[in-house]
Amino acid sequence: MCGGLAEATGVDVTLVRIGFVLLTLGSGIGVLAYAVAWLVIPLQGEASTMLTRALADRRGIRLVLALVPLLVVVEVVALALHVAYLGSFAWPLFLAGAVGILIRRNASSDERVWINDDLMPMLRSTGGRHHRRALVLRVAVAAAVGVTGLYLLVHGHTSVAALRPIGGALLVIAAIVVVFGPWWISLVRDLMSERQARALAEERAQMAAHVHDSVLQTLALIQRSADDPRQVVRLARAQERELRSWLFEGRPPGTVGHEAATLAEGVAVVQRQVEEDHGVAVQVVVVGDCPLDDGLRALLDATREATVNAALWSGAPLVSLYAEVEAEGVTIFVRDRGCGFDPAAVPEGHQGISLSIRARMARAHGSAHIRSAPGGGTEVHLSLPRRELTP
Amino acid sequence: MNAAARLRVFLVDDHAVFRSGVKAELGDVVDVVGEADEVGPAVEMINERRPDVVLLDVHLPGGGGQAVLSGVVPVHPEVKFLALSVSDAPEDVIAVIRAGARGYITKTISGEELLQAVTRVGSGDAVFSPRLAGFVLDAFAGRAGTGPPSAGLDPELDQLSPREREVLRLIARGYTYKEVARDLTISSKTVESHVSSVLRKLQLSTRHELTRWATDRRLV
Repeated sequence: MCGGLAEATGVDVTLVRIGFVLLTLGSGIGVLAYAVAWLVIPLQGEASTMLTRALADRRGIRLVLALVPLLVVVEVVALALHVAYLGSFAWPLFLAGAVGILIRRNASSDERVWINDDLMPMLRSTGGRHHRRALVLRVAVAAAVGVTGLYLLVHGHTSVAALRPIGGALLVIAAIVVVFGPWWISLVRDLMSERQARALAEERAQMAAHVHDSVLQTLALIQRSADDPRQVVRLARAQERELRSWLFEGRPPGTVGHEAATLAEGVAVVQRQVEEDHGVAVQVVVVGDCPLDDGLRALLDATREATVNAALWSGAPLVSLYAEVEAEGVTIFVRDRGCGFDPAAVPEGHQGISLSIRARMARAHGSAHIRSAPGGGTEVHLSLPRRELTP
Repeated sequence: MNAAARLRVFLVDDHAVFRSGVKAELGDVVDVVGEADEVGPAVEMINERRPDVVLLDVHLPGGGGQAVLSGVVPVHPEVKFLALSVSDAPEDVIAVIRAGARGYITKTISGEELLQAVTRVGSGDAVFSPRLAGFVLDAFAGRAGTGPPSAGLDPELDQLSPREREVLRLIARGYTYKEVARDLTISSKTVESHVSSVLRKLQLSTRHELTRWATDRRLV
């Protein structure tokens, strides 16, 4: 989440994380802010935000409403005891609790696993069995400090000394920090490692897509032209060059994005690459145009993959590529009149479609539909909603 | 097809190789009643022989394909033109269509498709290549609000209906008329009438995207 916020605002991730931790330690409002961010920012690769799902969750909302009396009780007690900060503390905690309930109820499956496996035990026992003694010690210290603080507070009202209630408040806060501090720290650490693991998995998926689009496609091409040694050498050379530029210059293979600045240029690059490499004519029609962003680059990579597939496997001499840019989104159709295939019967291990097309589009928040039947040609329909263009 | 119903076709193209190629491809089914490689002789012979369909190269020495159109259409409006080009530059395409051509195809078209296109134009329908369909969608895109205020726009002529848009989209995606009809579950005849209506709009609309292309070619 911090990573996402950092990406959106351009602030360093560490700074965002430190900000959250400070906010959390300060008043508990950080927890609330984090939870709200969780609600409204969609996960990478997911279409709906948690908020839209939460709003449809009647029972969750009823549960949250049930928390309201609790809040009222706390506020009344705080008022009776003249401890205003307790009241102000209750608000953010109540809100965080409410949002927490909604998150737990509406989390996507892998997030739920994480909440159940990691977060819940931490709330219950604050660590494993060997932490039990440390916990008892911490609670004891906290109780002592907290009771002293409360005592000073209560007596601070009867006396006129102004320093004592402040000291009391500090002691109560110290008690809270002693009890929850380690948990907060481990929570933050856990969140960070969880996000890192996710980033790593995503990186791996992207790499697999790149390898598929370049190396595996070239190997297939080499097998098909095994009786033409010069063609094999040419293909191997080109692949070698591409791999080198990836490994040593960091230019990912099988992509079109960096040679082009707009969608129409990118589509023209796809056309040229496929016509050169595969000797199949690509008929391109582009309606409208727009500058490329990361999502559109992913769309172009998926387009290239679909076009290469059509050139390699369909047997048709012509592939039609149609791209249309509208205000709401970009649509691309790649169509051939070739042999077609049964999309439900793609053998295990041949994952060009799922890896390079579907997963790629999903990561970019777009979608891919493939219409094909043996003998009936193939049409790949890619669409990507356009992000709000911020000036 | 019997001899009486055979289409009379005239070829205008400055490449002799292309002309003989087309004759070889179409000669069995249509009557090629003449050919020309320049604007002047082409106008003269077409007006004299009055063919059903003229296959017209857009890039012709001595004024281009439009010069032939403006020499024939006022005199013999019944002669139908099918424009051919190697390039797909929008200004060329729009210009010949607005000058009166009933269709546009690229020279990479297969012999079978060329014959289909000629027959279709001969029977009074319009022929759009995928690229032309794309241009039209582009020119008629729903950006009426973004351009200069379109005070003089006639909504009847300057906007495509949703159905026409759908048909053009499918053509741009590489669908044949028959495939378009199947996809939209309408008859081929309906597809043809949609395309003809788009052609009419293309020729008569005052949309500035179209007039700009046309004036660039000193047509209007």
